[in-house]
Amino acid sequence: MSCGPRRDGGCLAQIKETKGIAQVSNEKTGSITTAEPTIEKETRSEEELDLPWQVVVHNDPVNLMSYVTMVFQRVFGYPRERAERHMLEVHHKGRSILWSGMREPAELYVQQLHGYLLLATLEKAC
Amino acid sequence: MEIRRRKDQIEISELDPFLAELLRQIPGSANPEGAPAAEQRLFSLPTNRKETEICAEWKTYVEPELRSLFQTATQTVAIDLEQLNGNEKSLANRTLRIPAKHADAWLSALNQARLVIAAKNNFTENELNDHFRSPIGSRRDLSLFQVNFYGFLQEFILRELED
Repeated sequence: MSCGPRRDGGCLAQIKETKGIAQVSNEKTGSITTAEPTIEKETRSEEELDLPWQVVVHNDPVNLMSYVTMVFQRVFGYPRERAERHMLEVHHKGRSILWSGMREPAELYVQQLHGYLLLATLEKAC
Repeated sequence: MEIRRRKDQIEISELDPFLAELLRQIPGSANPEGAPAAEQRLFSLPTNRKETEICAEWKTYVEPELRSLFQTATQTVAIDLEQLNGNEKSLANRTLRIPAKHADAWLSALNQARLVIAAKNNFTENELNDHFRSPIGSRRDLSLFQVNFYGFLQEFILRELED
């Protein structure tokens, strides 16, 4: 974890962190002063910082509607009605967001969709 | 031509030589080599070009897997189609029996062939939706007929998978 800048109060001062509040003890005077809370920059894991990703399927005049519906059912486990709704959205609006979430599973979904020869992309959610 | 389900097989009977020849052409038609548009369609990018890292990883790791997946499907279909070999000069109608467990391979190979033919010919959406276009007067018309014929087979196989 990397942190932000601190005020260390000189070479004799020691900094202890207690729930984000820095206590500065001075050995010469024996006094303990509570410094202003330090503002720490937390380094989040890459996964936490990752924006949600969307799995988007684009219209393709060659793939059959029944085939696209079957693929959505197989890949996402959607019931037929939901799969058909997405298929019709692709057909009429040119694209449909099938799934959104973390990058890794989104990539796997896109890979599976390409395996079925659908035009699918991975997009960062706005 | 008749197509029906018989136990664990899909049987296409009374195949005249013309339709039998179209079926024989499935594996060859599914090959995108030499046609950049077809290659791009079968191996489309997984995201926009700005995501260079994802695109590069995809090319390295995923594309070879997809290529292998598609080839396995067309090879399975090619083996099933060997039933139509021999007696090329005979005009007798033929029968093709597809094991039900090969249905997914057939769906994939038919789809590959349809996409490659459509990309090579740059068919428009209107052309693809014009199911009453006839007669076959050019190579382009024949290719369109091929796309529609393969689509008809896909529809039948899909119905069988649902049942």
